[in-house]
Amino acid sequence: MSWLSRPATETQITHGGRLWLYAVAALVMIFLVVPTLIVVPMSFSDSQYLEFPPRRWSLRWYANYAGSTEWVQATFTSLKAAFLTMLVATPLGTMAAYGLFASRLRWVRPVYVLLVTPIVVPVILVGIGVFYAYAKLKLVNTLLGIVLAHTMLAVPLVLLIVTSALKSYDMNQEMVARSLGASRPRAFFKVTLPQIRFAVATGAILSFLTSFDEVIVALFVSGGANSTLTRSMFNALRDQIDPTIAAISTIMIVVTTVLLALAQALGRQRQGS
Amino acid sequence: MPAERANADGLRRDALRERLALFGLGSPALLLVLVVMVLPVGWLFSLSFLSDEGALSLEHYRRMLEQPSYARIFVTTFQVSALTTGICIALGYPLAYVLSQLPRRAANLCMIGVLLPFWTSLLVRTYAWLVLLQRQGVINGWGIELGLWSEPLPLVHNLAGTLIGMVHIMLPFLILPLYGTMRAIDRDYVKAAANLGAGPVRAFWQVFFPLSLPGLFGGALIVFILCLGFYVTPAVLGGGRVIMVSNRIATDIELFFNWGAASALGVVLLVLTLGLLYAAARLVRLDGVLGGHGT
Repeated sequence: MSWLSRPATETQITHGGRLWLYAVAALVMIFLVVPTLIVVPMSFSDSQYLEFPPRRWSLRWYANYAGSTEWVQATFTSLKAAFLTMLVATPLGTMAAYGLFASRLRWVRPVYVLLVTPIVVPVILVGIGVFYAYAKLKLVNTLLGIVLAHTMLAVPLVLLIVTSALKSYDMNQEMVARSLGASRPRAFFKVTLPQIRFAVATGAILSFLTSFDEVIVALFVSGGANSTLTRSMFNALRDQIDPTIAAISTIMIVVTTVLLALAQALGRQRQGS
Repeated sequence: MPAERANADGLRRDALRERLALFGLGSPALLLVLVVMVLPVGWLFSLSFLSDEGALSLEHYRRMLEQPSYARIFVTTFQVSALTTGICIALGYPLAYVLSQLPRRAANLCMIGVLLPFWTSLLVRTYAWLVLLQRQGVINGWGIELGLWSEPLPLVHNLAGTLIGMVHIMLPFLILPLYGTMRAIDRDYVKAAANLGAGPVRAFWQVFFPLSLPGLFGGALIVFILCLGFYVTPAVLGGGRVIMVSNRIATDIELFFNWGAASALGVVLLVLTLGLLYAAARLVRLDGVLGGHGT
Protein backbone atom coordinates (compact mmCIF):
# COMPACT_ATOMS: atom_id res chain seq x y z
CA MET A 1 0.00 0.00 0.00
CA SER A 2 3.04 2.25 -0.02
CA TRP A 3 2.37 3.27 -3.62
CA LEU A 4 -1.05 4.57 -2.63
CA SER A 5 0.37 6.97 -0.08
CA ARG A 6 3.17 8.19 -2.30
CA PRO A 7 2.73 11.65 -3.86
CA ALA A 8 1.51 11.46 -7.46
CA THR A 9 2.39 14.97 -8.63
CA GLU A 10 4.29 18.02 -7.51
CA THR A 11 1.30 19.02 -5.38
CA GLN A 12 1.70 16.20 -2.85
CA ILE A 13 -1.58 14.58 -3.80
CA THR A 14 -1.20 10.85 -3.26
CA HIS A 15 -2.00 8.13 -5.77
CA GLY A 16 -4.58 6.89 -3.27
CA GLY A 17 -6.20 10.32 -3.20
CA ARG A 18 -6.87 10.24 -6.89
CA LEU A 19 -7.67 6.61 -7.52
CA TRP A 20 -10.99 7.82 -8.94
CA LEU A 21 -9.05 9.60 -11.69
CA TYR A 22 -7.27 6.38 -12.66
CA ALA A 23 -10.60 4.57 -12.64
CA VAL A 24 -12.12 7.15 -14.99
CA ALA A 25 -9.12 7.01 -17.31
CA ALA A 26 -9.23 3.21 -17.36
CA LEU A 27 -12.95 3.20 -18.15
CA VAL A 28 -12.46 5.64 -21.02
CA MET A 29 -9.61 3.48 -22.29
CA ILE A 30 -11.91 0.43 -22.17
CA PHE A 31 -14.61 2.41 -23.98
CA LEU A 32 -12.09 3.21 -26.73
CA VAL A 33 -10.55 -0.21 -27.21
CA VAL A 34 -12.99 -2.98 -26.25
CA PRO A 35 -16.03 -2.37 -28.52
CA THR A 36 -13.94 -2.77 -31.65
CA LEU A 37 -12.18 -5.90 -30.44
CA ILE A 38 -15.28 -7.64 -29.11
CA VAL A 39 -16.35 -8.30 -32.69
CA VAL A 40 -13.41 -10.66 -33.17
CA PRO A 41 -14.49 -13.46 -30.75
CA MET A 42 -18.12 -12.95 -31.73
CA SER A 43 -17.32 -13.66 -35.36
CA PHE A 44 -16.33 -17.22 -34.35
CA SER A 45 -19.71 -17.87 -32.76
CA ASP A 46 -21.90 -20.70 -33.94
CA SER A 47 -25.09 -18.82 -33.20
CA GLN A 48 -27.32 -16.80 -35.47
CA TYR A 49 -27.67 -14.30 -32.62
CA LEU A 50 -24.47 -12.53 -31.81
CA GLU A 51 -23.57 -13.33 -28.24
CA PHE A 52 -20.58 -12.69 -26.07
CA PRO A 53 -18.94 -14.85 -25.01
CA PRO A 54 -20.05 -17.29 -27.74
CA ARG A 55 -21.39 -20.58 -26.38
CA ARG A 56 -20.16 -22.69 -29.27
CA TRP A 57 -17.36 -21.88 -31.65
CA SER A 58 -17.44 -22.30 -35.39
CA LEU A 59 -16.17 -20.87 -38.63
CA ARG A 60 -19.58 -20.84 -40.25
CA TRP A 61 -19.70 -17.07 -40.78
CA TYR A 62 -16.31 -17.17 -42.45
CA ALA A 63 -17.52 -20.01 -44.67
CA ASN A 64 -20.60 -17.93 -45.40
CA TYR A 65 -18.40 -15.02 -46.42
CA ALA A 66 -16.07 -17.09 -48.59
CA GLY A 67 -19.04 -18.77 -50.24
CA SER A 68 -20.74 -15.53 -51.23
CA THR A 69 -19.66 -14.27 -54.64
CA GLU A 70 -21.09 -10.85 -53.82
CA TRP A 71 -18.91 -10.38 -50.72
CA VAL A 72 -15.79 -11.84 -52.32
CA GLN A 73 -16.21 -9.67 -55.40
CA ALA A 74 -16.71 -6.58 -53.24
CA THR A 75 -13.55 -7.44 -51.29
CA PHE A 76 -11.54 -7.68 -54.49
CA THR A 77 -12.95 -4.38 -55.74
CA SER A 78 -11.96 -2.71 -52.47
CA LEU A 79 -8.47 -4.20 -52.52
CA LYS A 80 -7.96 -3.20 -56.16
CA ALA A 81 -9.23 0.33 -55.55
CA ALA A 82 -7.07 0.71 -52.43
CA PHE A 83 -3.96 -0.59 -54.18
CA LEU A 84 -4.42 1.65 -57.21
CA THR A 85 -5.16 4.63 -54.97
CA MET A 86 -1.92 3.97 -53.13
CA LEU A 87 0.00 3.70 -56.41
CA VAL A 88 -1.29 7.05 -57.66
CA ALA A 89 -1.64 9.07 -54.45
CA THR A 90 1.86 8.33 -53.11
CA PRO A 91 3.88 9.78 -56.03
CA LEU A 92 1.39 12.62 -56.52
CA GLY A 93 1.50 13.61 -52.86
CA THR A 94 5.27 13.22 -52.60
CA MET A 95 5.86 15.27 -55.75
CA ALA A 96 3.59 18.01 -54.49
CA ALA A 97 5.22 17.99 -51.05
CA TYR A 98 8.73 18.18 -52.46
CA GLY A 99 7.90 20.72 -55.18
CA LEU A 100 6.03 23.06 -52.87
CA PHE A 101 8.61 22.73 -50.13
CA ALA A 102 11.64 23.33 -52.36
CA SER A 103 10.25 26.07 -54.57
CA ARG A 104 9.63 28.54 -51.73
CA LEU A 105 7.43 30.71 -53.94
CA ARG A 106 4.84 33.11 -52.62
CA TRP A 107 1.84 31.12 -53.88
CA VAL A 108 2.90 27.96 -52.09
CA ARG A 109 0.76 28.63 -49.03
CA PRO A 110 -2.63 28.95 -50.81
CA VAL A 111 -1.87 25.94 -53.02
CA TYR A 112 -0.91 23.90 -49.97
CA VAL A 113 -4.12 24.89 -48.21
CA LEU A 114 -6.17 23.97 -51.29
CA LEU A 115 -4.47 20.58 -51.47
CA VAL A 116 -5.32 19.76 -47.82
CA THR A 117 -8.96 20.93 -47.98
CA PRO A 118 -10.29 17.49 -49.00
CA ILE A 119 -9.59 16.45 -45.38
CA VAL A 120 -12.05 18.97 -43.97
CA VAL A 121 -14.72 19.27 -46.65
CA PRO A 122 -17.73 17.18 -45.51
CA VAL A 123 -17.41 13.95 -47.46
CA ILE A 124 -21.08 13.93 -48.41
CA LEU A 125 -20.41 17.00 -50.58
CA VAL A 126 -17.53 15.28 -52.33
CA GLY A 127 -19.81 12.25 -52.72
CA ILE A 128 -22.72 13.98 -54.40
CA GLY A 129 -20.49 16.43 -56.31
CA VAL A 130 -18.44 13.60 -57.76
CA PHE A 131 -21.62 11.60 -58.43
CA TYR A 132 -23.04 14.52 -60.41
CA ALA A 133 -19.84 14.99 -62.41
CA TYR A 134 -19.37 11.25 -63.01
CA ALA A 135 -22.94 10.91 -64.26
CA LYS A 136 -22.03 13.33 -67.06
CA LEU A 137 -18.68 11.67 -67.72
CA LYS A 138 -20.07 8.10 -67.56
CA LEU A 139 -17.71 7.24 -64.71
CA VAL A 140 -20.35 6.06 -62.22
CA ASN A 141 -19.81 2.44 -61.13
CA THR A 142 -16.32 2.31 -62.67
CA LEU A 143 -13.12 1.42 -60.88
CA LEU A 144 -11.43 4.46 -62.45
CA GLY A 145 -14.05 6.72 -60.91
CA ILE A 146 -13.54 5.29 -57.41
CA VAL A 147 -9.76 5.45 -57.68
CA LEU A 148 -9.81 9.09 -58.85
CA ALA A 149 -12.04 10.17 -55.98
CA HIS A 150 -10.13 8.15 -53.37
CA THR A 151 -6.80 9.43 -54.64
CA MET A 152 -8.07 12.97 -54.20
CA LEU A 153 -8.96 12.12 -50.58
CA ALA A 154 -5.60 10.40 -49.96
CA VAL A 155 -3.20 12.94 -51.50
CA PRO A 156 -3.55 15.40 -48.57
CA LEU A 157 -2.41 12.73 -46.09
CA VAL A 158 0.71 11.92 -48.13
CA LEU A 159 1.34 15.64 -48.55
CA LEU A 160 1.09 16.31 -44.79
CA ILE A 161 3.33 13.40 -43.82
CA VAL A 162 6.04 13.95 -46.44
CA THR A 163 6.09 17.72 -45.85
CA SER A 164 6.66 17.19 -42.15
CA ALA A 165 9.52 14.82 -42.97
CA LEU A 166 11.05 17.38 -45.34
CA LYS A 167 10.90 20.01 -42.61
CA SER A 168 13.31 18.00 -40.51
CA TYR A 169 15.50 17.16 -43.51
CA ASP A 170 18.48 19.35 -44.40
CA MET A 171 17.99 20.50 -48.00
CA ASN A 172 21.63 21.57 -48.15
CA GLN A 173 22.56 17.95 -48.66
CA GLU A 174 20.87 18.10 -52.02
CA MET A 175 22.79 21.28 -52.84
CA VAL A 176 26.01 19.45 -52.06
CA ALA A 177 25.07 16.62 -54.40
CA ARG A 178 24.25 19.08 -57.13
CA SER A 179 27.43 21.07 -56.68
CA LEU A 180 29.24 17.75 -57.15
CA GLY A 181 27.56 17.40 -60.54
CA ALA A 182 24.31 15.53 -59.84
CA SER A 183 21.23 16.73 -61.72
CA ARG A 184 18.25 17.78 -59.64
CA PRO A 185 16.28 14.55 -60.23
CA ARG A 186 19.38 12.46 -59.51
CA ALA A 187 20.06 14.43 -56.34
CA PHE A 188 16.47 13.86 -55.27
CA PHE A 189 16.44 10.12 -55.91
CA LYS A 190 19.95 9.45 -54.57
CA VAL A 191 20.10 11.81 -51.60
CA THR A 192 16.69 13.12 -50.52
CA LEU A 193 14.34 10.21 -51.19
CA PRO A 194 16.36 7.62 -49.22
CA GLN A 195 16.14 9.89 -46.19
CA ILE A 196 12.40 10.54 -46.40
CA ARG A 197 11.50 7.03 -47.56
CA PHE A 198 9.83 6.04 -44.30
CA ALA A 199 7.52 9.01 -44.49
CA VAL A 200 6.71 8.15 -48.09
CA ALA A 201 6.00 4.53 -47.11
CA THR A 202 3.78 5.64 -44.22
CA GLY A 203 1.92 7.91 -46.62
CA ALA A 204 1.45 4.97 -48.98
CA ILE A 205 0.01 2.77 -46.21
CA LEU A 206 -2.34 5.50 -45.04
CA SER A 207 -3.56 6.17 -48.57
CA PHE A 208 -4.29 2.45 -48.97
CA LEU A 209 -6.32 2.53 -45.74
CA THR A 210 -8.09 5.75 -46.73
CA SER A 211 -9.46 4.09 -49.83
CA PHE A 212 -10.08 0.72 -48.18
CA ASP A 213 -12.19 2.31 -45.40
CA GLU A 214 -13.96 5.00 -47.39
CA VAL A 215 -17.76 4.68 -47.26
CA ILE A 216 -19.61 7.76 -48.44
CA VAL A 217 -18.06 8.44 -51.84
CA ALA A 218 -18.19 4.71 -52.55
CA LEU A 219 -21.91 4.70 -51.72
CA PHE A 220 -22.56 7.19 -54.48
CA VAL A 221 -20.12 6.26 -57.21
CA SER A 222 -19.54 2.52 -56.84
CA GLY A 223 -22.08 -0.12 -57.67
CA GLY A 224 -22.89 -3.25 -59.60
CA ALA A 225 -19.83 -5.39 -60.21
CA ASN A 226 -17.65 -2.57 -58.89
CA SER A 227 -19.39 -2.27 -55.53
CA THR A 228 -16.84 -1.80 -52.75
CA LEU A 229 -16.80 -3.82 -49.55
CA THR A 230 -17.74 -0.76 -47.48
CA ARG A 231 -20.72 -0.05 -49.73
CA SER A 232 -22.02 -3.60 -49.41
CA MET A 233 -21.43 -3.53 -45.65
CA PHE A 234 -23.26 -0.24 -45.23
CA ASN A 235 -26.28 -1.53 -47.11
CA ALA A 236 -26.26 -4.76 -45.11
CA LEU A 237 -26.08 -2.80 -41.83
CA ARG A 238 -29.20 -0.86 -42.66
CA ASP A 239 -31.20 -4.04 -43.31
CA GLN A 240 -30.33 -6.46 -40.53
CA ILE A 241 -27.51 -7.63 -38.33
CA ASP A 242 -25.97 -10.46 -40.30
CA PRO A 243 -23.19 -12.24 -38.36
CA THR A 244 -21.28 -12.57 -41.65
CA ILE A 245 -20.40 -8.92 -41.17
CA ALA A 246 -18.67 -9.83 -37.91
CA ALA A 247 -16.41 -12.15 -39.91
CA ILE A 248 -15.75 -9.44 -42.50
CA SER A 249 -15.11 -6.90 -39.75
CA THR A 250 -12.53 -9.22 -38.21
CA ILE A 251 -10.77 -9.55 -41.54
CA MET A 252 -10.77 -5.76 -41.91
CA ILE A 253 -9.39 -5.32 -38.39
CA VAL A 254 -6.57 -7.74 -39.20
CA VAL A 255 -5.72 -5.93 -42.46
CA THR A 256 -5.73 -2.54 -40.71
CA THR A 257 -3.69 -3.73 -37.73
CA VAL A 258 -1.03 -5.34 -39.90
CA LEU A 259 -0.68 -2.23 -42.04
CA LEU A 260 -0.59 0.10 -39.04
CA ALA A 261 1.96 -2.04 -37.24
CA LEU A 262 4.05 -1.74 -40.38
CA ALA A 263 3.63 2.04 -40.38
CA GLN A 264 4.49 2.16 -36.68
CA ALA A 265 7.64 0.10 -37.26
CA LEU A 266 8.59 2.43 -40.10
CA GLY A 267 8.02 5.43 -37.86
CA ARG A 268 10.32 4.01 -35.21
CA GLN A 269 13.02 3.41 -37.79
CA ARG A 270 12.53 6.95 -39.02
CA GLN A 271 13.13 8.29 -35.55
CA GLY A 272 16.15 6.08 -35.15
CA SER A 273 17.89 7.12 -38.35
CA MET B 1 30.04 46.17 -64.92
CA PRO B 2 27.22 45.57 -67.47
CA ALA B 3 28.57 42.08 -68.13
CA GLU B 4 28.36 41.21 -64.44
CA ARG B 5 24.86 42.64 -64.19
CA ALA B 6 23.77 40.53 -67.15
CA ASN B 7 25.27 37.53 -65.46
CA ALA B 8 23.44 38.18 -62.20
CA ASP B 9 20.18 38.72 -64.05
CA GLY B 10 20.66 35.48 -65.90
CA LEU B 11 21.32 33.62 -62.66
CA ARG B 12 18.25 35.10 -61.07
CA ARG B 13 16.17 34.14 -64.09
CA ASP B 14 17.54 30.60 -63.93
CA ALA B 15 16.75 30.36 -60.25
CA LEU B 16 13.23 31.57 -60.81
CA ARG B 17 12.74 29.15 -63.67
CA GLU B 18 13.89 26.29 -61.49
CA ARG B 19 11.61 27.30 -58.66
CA LEU B 20 8.70 27.43 -61.10
CA ALA B 21 9.59 23.97 -62.37
CA LEU B 22 9.63 22.68 -58.78
CA PHE B 23 6.31 24.35 -58.16
CA GLY B 24 5.06 22.53 -61.24
CA LEU B 25 5.65 19.21 -59.47
CA GLY B 26 2.57 20.00 -57.43
CA SER B 27 0.42 20.48 -60.51
CA PRO B 28 -0.82 16.87 -60.96
CA ALA B 29 -2.09 16.85 -57.37
CA LEU B 30 -3.54 20.31 -57.84
CA LEU B 31 -5.23 19.27 -61.08
CA LEU B 32 -6.76 16.25 -59.38
CA VAL B 33 -8.16 18.30 -56.50
CA LEU B 34 -9.49 20.88 -58.94
CA VAL B 35 -11.16 18.34 -61.24
CA VAL B 36 -12.47 15.89 -58.63
CA MET B 37 -13.33 18.29 -55.81
CA VAL B 38 -13.41 21.98 -56.68
CA LEU B 39 -15.25 21.66 -60.00
CA PRO B 40 -17.96 19.23 -58.81
CA VAL B 41 -18.53 21.16 -55.59
CA GLY B 42 -18.59 24.41 -57.59
CA TRP B 43 -21.17 22.80 -59.82
CA LEU B 44 -23.28 22.07 -56.76
CA PHE B 45 -22.93 25.68 -55.73
CA SER B 46 -24.31 26.86 -59.06
CA LEU B 47 -27.15 24.30 -58.92
CA SER B 48 -28.28 25.68 -55.58
CA PHE B 49 -28.94 29.07 -57.16
CA LEU B 50 -31.10 27.70 -59.99
CA SER B 51 -34.83 27.10 -59.78
CA ASP B 52 -36.28 23.81 -61.01
CA GLU B 53 -36.94 25.47 -64.37
CA GLY B 54 -33.31 26.52 -64.65
CA ALA B 55 -33.72 30.23 -63.95
CA LEU B 56 -31.52 32.07 -61.49
CA SER B 57 -33.27 32.13 -58.13
CA LEU B 58 -32.87 31.80 -54.39
CA GLU B 59 -35.92 29.57 -53.97
CA HIS B 60 -33.97 26.68 -52.45
CA TYR B 61 -32.56 28.95 -49.78
CA ARG B 62 -35.93 30.57 -49.22
CA ARG B 63 -37.51 27.17 -48.74
CA MET B 64 -34.81 26.31 -46.25
CA LEU B 65 -35.78 29.36 -44.20
CA GLU B 66 -39.51 28.82 -44.54
CA GLN B 67 -39.88 25.10 -43.96
CA PRO B 68 -39.57 24.18 -40.30
CA SER B 69 -38.29 20.71 -41.26
CA TYR B 70 -35.04 22.27 -42.47
CA ALA B 71 -34.65 24.39 -39.37
CA ARG B 72 -35.12 21.21 -37.32
CA ILE B 73 -32.32 19.49 -39.21
CA PHE B 74 -29.90 22.30 -38.46
CA VAL B 75 -30.97 22.34 -34.82
CA THR B 76 -30.44 18.56 -34.61
CA THR B 77 -27.04 18.84 -36.27
CA PHE B 78 -25.89 21.52 -33.84
CA GLN B 79 -27.32 19.70 -30.82
CA VAL B 80 -25.71 16.39 -31.72
CA SER B 81 -22.38 18.06 -32.49
CA ALA B 82 -22.41 20.09 -29.27
CA LEU B 83 -23.39 17.08 -27.13
CA THR B 84 -20.71 14.93 -28.75
CA THR B 85 -18.11 17.64 -28.14
CA GLY B 86 -19.20 18.03 -24.52
CA ILE B 87 -19.06 14.30 -23.79
CA CYS B 88 -15.70 14.03 -25.56
CA ILE B 89 -14.31 16.75 -23.28
CA ALA B 90 -15.70 15.08 -20.16
CA LEU B 91 -14.22 11.70 -21.11
CA GLY B 92 -11.09 12.82 -22.94
CA TYR B 93 -9.72 15.35 -20.49
CA PRO B 94 -9.16 12.95 -17.57
CA LEU B 95 -7.62 10.33 -19.87
CA ALA B 96 -5.29 12.82 -21.55
CA TYR B 97 -4.36 14.17 -18.11
CA VAL B 98 -3.41 10.75 -16.75
CA LEU B 99 -1.57 9.82 -19.96
CA SER B 100 0.43 13.06 -19.87
CA GLN B 101 1.77 12.13 -16.42
CA LEU B 102 2.76 8.56 -17.28
CA PRO B 103 6.34 7.78 -18.23
CA ARG B 104 6.83 8.25 -21.97
CA ARG B 105 7.09 4.58 -22.79
CA ALA B 106 3.88 3.64 -20.99
CA ALA B 107 2.10 6.66 -22.45
CA ASN B 108 3.13 5.68 -25.97
CA LEU B 109 1.78 2.19 -25.38
CA CYS B 110 -1.55 3.61 -24.21
CA MET B 111 -1.55 5.93 -27.21
CA ILE B 112 -1.76 2.86 -29.43
CA GLY B 113 -5.00 2.08 -27.61
CA VAL B 114 -6.27 5.59 -28.34
CA LEU B 115 -5.21 5.35 -31.97
CA LEU B 116 -6.63 1.87 -32.54
CA PRO B 117 -10.19 3.11 -32.99
CA PHE B 118 -8.81 6.09 -34.93
CA TRP B 119 -7.69 3.80 -37.72
CA THR B 120 -10.16 0.93 -37.49
CA SER B 121 -12.71 1.08 -40.24
CA LEU B 122 -15.61 3.33 -39.36
CA LEU B 123 -18.09 0.69 -40.48
CA VAL B 124 -16.51 -1.99 -38.32
CA ARG B 125 -16.89 0.24 -35.26
CA THR B 126 -20.44 1.19 -36.18
CA TYR B 127 -21.28 -2.49 -36.59
CA ALA B 128 -19.67 -3.30 -33.24
CA TRP B 129 -21.85 -0.72 -31.48
CA LEU B 130 -24.92 -2.03 -33.23
CA VAL B 131 -24.15 -5.53 -31.94
CA LEU B 132 -23.44 -4.26 -28.41
CA LEU B 133 -26.37 -1.88 -28.05
CA GLN B 134 -29.32 -3.55 -29.79
CA ARG B 135 -32.29 -4.91 -27.86
CA GLN B 136 -30.94 -8.45 -27.81
CA GLY B 137 -27.39 -7.08 -27.68
CA VAL B 138 -24.55 -7.78 -25.32
CA ILE B 139 -25.08 -4.79 -23.01
CA ASN B 140 -28.83 -5.36 -22.60
CA GLY B 141 -28.15 -9.07 -22.10
CA TRP B 142 -25.65 -8.47 -19.32
CA GLY B 143 -27.66 -5.68 -17.72
CA ILE B 144 -30.74 -7.88 -17.41
CA GLU B 145 -28.76 -10.92 -16.29
CA LEU B 146 -27.11 -8.89 -13.53
CA GLY B 147 -30.46 -7.44 -12.56
CA LEU B 148 -29.49 -3.83 -13.28
CA TRP B 149 -32.62 -3.31 -15.37
CA SER B 150 -35.47 -5.65 -16.32
CA GLU B 151 -36.63 -4.48 -19.75
CA PRO B 152 -34.20 -4.08 -22.69
CA LEU B 153 -33.16 -0.43 -22.79
CA PRO B 154 -33.50 1.38 -26.12
CA LEU B 155 -29.80 2.07 -26.62
CA VAL B 156 -29.62 2.19 -30.39
CA HIS B 157 -31.60 3.50 -33.36
CA ASN B 158 -32.02 6.74 -31.45
CA LEU B 159 -30.08 9.75 -30.17
CA ALA B 160 -28.28 7.76 -27.47
CA GLY B 161 -26.87 5.28 -29.97
CA THR B 162 -25.79 8.05 -32.31
CA LEU B 163 -24.02 9.91 -29.51
CA ILE B 164 -22.22 6.79 -28.26
CA GLY B 165 -20.98 6.01 -31.77
CA MET B 166 -19.93 9.58 -32.51
CA VAL B 167 -18.12 10.06 -29.20
CA HIS B 168 -16.23 6.83 -29.85
CA ILE B 169 -15.12 8.13 -33.24
CA MET B 170 -14.27 11.67 -32.17
CA LEU B 171 -12.48 11.03 -28.85
CA PRO B 172 -9.03 10.51 -30.43
CA PHE B 173 -9.37 13.86 -32.24
CA LEU B 174 -9.75 15.52 -28.85
CA ILE B 175 -7.19 13.48 -26.94
CA LEU B 176 -4.31 13.85 -29.41
CA PRO B 177 -3.95 17.66 -29.39
CA LEU B 178 -4.85 17.82 -25.70
CA TYR B 179 -2.21 15.25 -24.78
CA GLY B 180 0.41 17.13 -26.82
CA THR B 181 -0.39 20.40 -25.05
CA MET B 182 -0.38 18.79 -21.58
CA ARG B 183 2.97 17.09 -22.20
CA ALA B 184 4.49 20.44 -23.13
CA ILE B 185 3.35 22.16 -19.92
CA ASP B 186 6.30 22.92 -17.68
CA ARG B 187 5.65 20.99 -14.45
CA ASP B 188 7.64 23.56 -12.51
CA TYR B 189 4.64 25.90 -12.65
CA VAL B 190 2.58 23.37 -10.73
CA LYS B 191 5.44 22.80 -8.32
CA ALA B 192 5.74 26.55 -7.77
CA ALA B 193 2.01 26.77 -7.06
CA ALA B 194 2.35 23.95 -4.52
CA ASN B 195 5.35 25.61 -2.90
CA LEU B 196 3.36 28.80 -2.55
CA GLY B 197 0.72 26.90 -0.64
CA ALA B 198 -1.85 25.88 -3.23
CA GLY B 199 -3.55 22.56 -2.60
CA PRO B 200 -3.84 19.99 -5.39
CA VAL B 201 -7.27 21.19 -6.48
CA ARG B 202 -6.31 24.83 -6.54
CA ALA B 203 -3.00 24.17 -8.32
CA PHE B 204 -4.87 22.23 -10.97
CA TRP B 205 -7.62 24.75 -11.63
CA GLN B 206 -5.52 27.90 -11.35
CA VAL B 207 -2.31 26.73 -12.99
CA PHE B 208 -2.55 23.50 -14.97
CA PHE B 209 -6.02 23.84 -16.43
CA PRO B 210 -5.54 27.32 -17.95
CA LEU B 211 -2.27 26.16 -19.51
CA SER B 212 -4.02 23.18 -21.11
CA LEU B 213 -6.80 25.30 -22.59
CA PRO B 214 -5.24 25.88 -26.04
CA GLY B 215 -5.10 22.12 -26.67
CA LEU B 216 -8.59 21.61 -25.26
CA PHE B 217 -9.97 24.43 -27.34
CA GLY B 218 -8.28 23.29 -30.56
CA GLY B 219 -9.37 19.68 -30.06
CA ALA B 220 -12.94 20.60 -29.14
CA LEU B 221 -13.27 22.85 -32.20
CA ILE B 222 -12.05 20.12 -34.51
CA VAL B 223 -14.45 17.64 -32.93
CA PHE B 224 -17.36 20.04 -33.31
CA ILE B 225 -16.52 20.90 -36.92
CA LEU B 226 -16.05 17.29 -37.99
CA CYS B 227 -19.31 16.31 -36.26
CA LEU B 228 -21.27 18.72 -38.44
CA GLY B 229 -20.56 16.58 -41.51
CA PHE B 230 -21.35 13.15 -40.01
CA TYR B 231 -23.33 10.78 -42.16
CA VAL B 232 -22.69 7.08 -41.49
CA THR B 233 -23.13 7.02 -37.70
CA PRO B 234 -26.49 8.83 -37.56
CA ALA B 235 -27.69 6.81 -40.56
CA VAL B 236 -26.93 3.44 -38.95
CA LEU B 237 -26.99 4.00 -35.17
CA GLY B 238 -29.65 6.71 -35.37
CA GLY B 239 -31.92 4.35 -37.29
CA GLY B 240 -33.56 7.17 -39.24
CA ARG B 241 -34.55 9.05 -36.08
CA VAL B 242 -31.51 11.33 -36.01
CA ILE B 243 -31.38 13.28 -39.24
CA MET B 244 -28.34 15.47 -39.64
CA VAL B 245 -27.57 17.74 -42.59
CA SER B 246 -25.57 15.10 -44.45
CA ASN B 247 -28.36 12.54 -44.08
CA ARG B 248 -30.91 14.97 -45.44
CA ILE B 249 -28.63 15.77 -48.39
CA ALA B 250 -28.34 12.08 -49.21
CA THR B 251 -32.12 11.48 -48.97
CA ASP B 252 -32.86 14.54 -51.08
CA ILE B 253 -30.79 12.96 -53.83
CA GLU B 254 -31.41 9.24 -53.41
CA LEU B 255 -35.17 9.46 -52.90
CA PHE B 256 -36.32 12.75 -54.36
CA PHE B 257 -33.65 13.53 -56.98
CA ASN B 258 -33.92 17.07 -55.67
CA TRP B 259 -30.48 18.39 -56.58
CA GLY B 260 -31.39 22.01 -55.92
CA ALA B 261 -32.42 21.41 -52.30
CA ALA B 262 -29.48 19.09 -51.66
CA SER B 263 -27.01 21.58 -53.12
CA ALA B 264 -28.38 24.46 -51.08
CA LEU B 265 -28.03 22.39 -47.89
CA GLY B 266 -24.54 21.41 -48.99
CA VAL B 267 -23.53 25.02 -49.55
CA VAL B 268 -24.71 25.98 -46.07
CA LEU B 269 -22.87 23.00 -44.55
CA LEU B 270 -19.67 23.81 -46.43
CA VAL B 271 -19.78 27.50 -45.53
CA LEU B 272 -20.38 26.65 -41.87
CA THR B 273 -17.54 24.10 -41.84
CA LEU B 274 -14.96 26.21 -43.62
CA GLY B 275 -16.02 29.36 -41.76
CA LEU B 276 -15.59 27.72 -38.36
CA LEU B 277 -12.33 26.14 -39.47
CA TYR B 278 -11.01 29.50 -40.63
CA ALA B 279 -11.95 31.05 -37.30
CA ALA B 280 -10.33 28.12 -35.51
CA ALA B 281 -7.14 28.39 -37.56
CA ARG B 282 -6.81 32.02 -36.48
CA LEU B 283 -7.02 30.98 -32.85
CA VAL B 284 -4.96 27.78 -32.73
CA ARG B 285 -2.49 25.91 -34.87
CA LEU B 286 -4.29 23.05 -36.57
CA ASP B 287 -1.44 21.33 -38.43
CA GLY B 288 -1.04 18.53 -35.96
CA VAL B 289 -4.73 18.04 -35.32
CA LEU B 290 -5.92 16.88 -38.72
CA GLY B 291 -5.24 13.62 -40.45
CA GLY B 292 -8.26 11.44 -39.88
CA HIS B 293 -10.56 10.23 -42.57
CA GLY B 294 -14.13 10.53 -43.72
CA THR B 295 -16.93 9.94 -41.29
